[in-house]
Amino acid sequence: MDGIKDKVAIVGMGCTKFGERWDKGVEDLIVEAAYEAFKDAGIEPKDIQAAWIGTVFSGLSAITLSPLQLQYIPITRVENMCATGSEALRAASYAVAAGVCDVALAVGVEKLKDSGATGVKGPSIVGDNQDGSSGIGPSYSAPASFAYLATRYFHDYNIPPEEGKRLLAQIAVKNHHNGSLNPKAHFQNEITIEQVVNAPIIAWPLGLFDCCGVSDGASVAIVTRADMAKNFRDDPVYIKSMQVNVGARQGAMLQDYDFVHIEENVLGSQKAYAEAGIKNPRKELSCAEVHDCFSIHEMIVYEDLGFSPRGRAREDIEAGTFTLEGELPVNTDGGLKCFGHPLGASGLRMMYEVYKQLQGKAGPRQVKNPRLGLTHNLGGNAGTGICSCLIVGNEK
Amino acid sequence: MVGITSIGVYLPIYRLNRDEIARTWTGRSTGGTKAVAGYDEDTVTMAVAAALDCLERGGAKADGLSLATTTAPYKEKQSAAIVAAAADLAAECHTADFTDSLRTPTIAMKAAIDAVKAGSAENVVVTASDCRMGAAKGVLEQALGDGAAAVMIGSEKIIAEVEGSYSIFNDFTDLWRTEDDRFVRAAEQRFVDEAGYIPTVQSAISGLMKKYKQTLTDFSKIVYYASDARQHAGLTRRMKFDKEQVQEPLYNEIGNTGTAAALLMLAAALEKAKPGDRILFIGYGDGCDAFILRITDEITKFQEKPVISDKLAGKTEISYGQYATWRNLVPVEASTLPDRPPLSLPGRWRERRTISALYGARCRKCGTPQISQIGQTPRVCVNCQAKDEFEPYKFADKKAALFSYTIDHLQPTLNPPAVNGVIDFEGGGRLICELTDCDLDKVAVGMKLEMTFRKMFYSRGIHNYFWKAKPASD
Repeated sequence: MDGIKDKVAIVGMGCTKFGERWDKGVEDLIVEAAYEAFKDAGIEPKDIQAAWIGTVFSGLSAITLSPLQLQYIPITRVENMCATGSEALRAASYAVAAGVCDVALAVGVEKLKDSGATGVKGPSIVGDNQDGSSGIGPSYSAPASFAYLATRYFHDYNIPPEEGKRLLAQIAVKNHHNGSLNPKAHFQNEITIEQVVNAPIIAWPLGLFDCCGVSDGASVAIVTRADMAKNFRDDPVYIKSMQVNVGARQGAMLQDYDFVHIEENVLGSQKAYAEAGIKNPRKELSCAEVHDCFSIHEMIVYEDLGFSPRGRAREDIEAGTFTLEGELPVNTDGGLKCFGHPLGASGLRMMYEVYKQLQGKAGPRQVKNPRLGLTHNLGGNAGTGICSCLIVGNEK
Repeated sequence: MVGITSIGVYLPIYRLNRDEIARTWTGRSTGGTKAVAGYDEDTVTMAVAAALDCLERGGAKADGLSLATTTAPYKEKQSAAIVAAAADLAAECHTADFTDSLRTPTIAMKAAIDAVKAGSAENVVVTASDCRMGAAKGVLEQALGDGAAAVMIGSEKIIAEVEGSYSIFNDFTDLWRTEDDRFVRAAEQRFVDEAGYIPTVQSAISGLMKKYKQTLTDFSKIVYYASDARQHAGLTRRMKFDKEQVQEPLYNEIGNTGTAAALLMLAAALEKAKPGDRILFIGYGDGCDAFILRITDEITKFQEKPVISDKLAGKTEISYGQYATWRNLVPVEASTLPDRPPLSLPGRWRERRTISALYGARCRKCGTPQISQIGQTPRVCVNCQAKDEFEPYKFADKKAALFSYTIDHLQPTLNPPAVNGVIDFEGGGRLICELTDCDLDKVAVGMKLEMTFRKMFYSRGIHNYFWKAKPASD
């Protein structure tokens, strides 16, 4: 088993502006992102040999991709909750690595704002689409399912809730700052810690600004064989690892799970680092896009992904380790918090930012001397999750 | 010998002050409070709690269970079966609903006594539960409360022997509802008292006295149903009962709880009764049932734990706005979140043991108790991955502790904000579930919990019941 490392390269990407795109349908979002990617890769739609379309709620089957008018090629819809966009990229990359096609398309799209709801619409609002058919699954909201982490983290580390909320607020403030530098982000405003801690409570202890934006958007990647990448462009981005790690409700059913970490994150990232040959992620990664659906999860991810020692994310947050100027900039584009979270598009949106960073095209958000970047999603929640960790680099 | 072998009660923790009702309507308050079923409670859930209390206190296995009510959640579909399933009774248990009359608790009791006497049943639990509604602004809105009680009728370890009974029926229209009525209708009070209630009860008492050659002075306690405190006091005067004899009707604390009322009064009387005491017990509605009960020596042991006195006061006073919302008296703004998908009846049926009595499974290989929050019965062990090595394991009666929690302001609920928790059961097993009956200021990691059968939601004509956790009573 030699893994995916350096077998596949991303040679084109596109991403719509995220937000409340009232005047744009799923078809507009797909076309907007895909044509940016075609142009970026310097290819025509007819050059695509196979495609994967990822969406959670915004369409069934491969026909969701019909607005692109790809002519009679293999297309498959994939869905893996919040890791959906990353799954589309994984499928396309695996196909290229397997040698069954040379140019493949990965699309992620979500049109959340057609639901008429202020929250996330779905088969279950739990963010746990395995609601079962018996109708007894608890109907708590998505923020509630992550609030358990905050309650327990504050409890285990003896952090008074008011202090804990100020700590988490720094994450939202950082991500809003990054988003304010990004014209494609859903929100482009700076916020203050006072605003965050005084915002209405959504699921105690999480308030409004601890929760990510509910947005529309699409993002697209074009992948090819690593050895063909330079035919498309001088600065392709090479895939170093692609790992998905899925829980089976262990944390939700067994008492030994602590609700201050997410096992899927830990195991998924360890495998990704091994596949990419990374020993010290904090030192070796140039930037990371992680799943800050709720502020507490970004904090836990710092520890789960080995950026901070266990129990010591607080020190790193307070030291500014993860700001644009910090040791390891995280969510340089604003993250889910500020860029927005159209579920199926988010994984590829993260990759869009890392791709631009590695090419040195991130403008005012550009990190210094980029070499390796990571994208991370968590579908599901604490108790049972779907973790995706992808690592890419600008050198082979 | 046949008699009462156990009695259990359930009173919701919520109280609505009658002054609050009066204030809302700029009306006159009759004083005191009424018990109000929580937003997730109804006749069935309260009956389950009373039945479980009765079964636990009695310690005997029931082979019969009946439910006396005028407010069954279904017009067609037996409520007693839902109660029996939640109480985890065997399928051979004989279940019956007694409906449409306030006298059904004593009618069901009489049927249970006859069944045990005849040898066709050994222990029958008679539950009585009601959530009747008086129209807004009316006398009955203040008078009517919610509650449940359960008595077990058997022949062993009797605490109150049934020495005799006497019944009459009477086609009298004092309180009624048709199929289209949400609220109880009532005839004029003076007419009801003078032409119906007083003569009917009088006639039943004199019939009982004559049949068993007794006089009123032979009874240390008289426990009788009346529509409200005024009617109750009126009968005491008319019958010249000694005030010491009369069991206080509890209306000041909980209101008239319909079919549960007489049994709740009986529970209060039994809590104080002494061996050798005799109680005159009277149920009323479309006639009258009167019983002679003789207290046995078994009562002393039964009185070790309070039956009802510790529950009368309630814990939480609610506003009229909460009451109106919970009872759907006013249309309230709908949640902005999309509706839940409708439940699947086959799916519900497959997981019926989990839904009814909160059964999970325990792995025979590694011993891990386990239950899934969506009800799926495990086939492969979550801990050791052994396949199909399970025995059923009941969680409904296990205590638990709160491992983590959140107070959810987005979740659609009639009583926002919703409380949800990760709960760890004593003896193993974890469940992520809703919490109910919480004082928000007291919710904390480590809080002790117990399980309670509640209504999760109503959709497309189906009352969807399941279990929630609530703060432990002790």
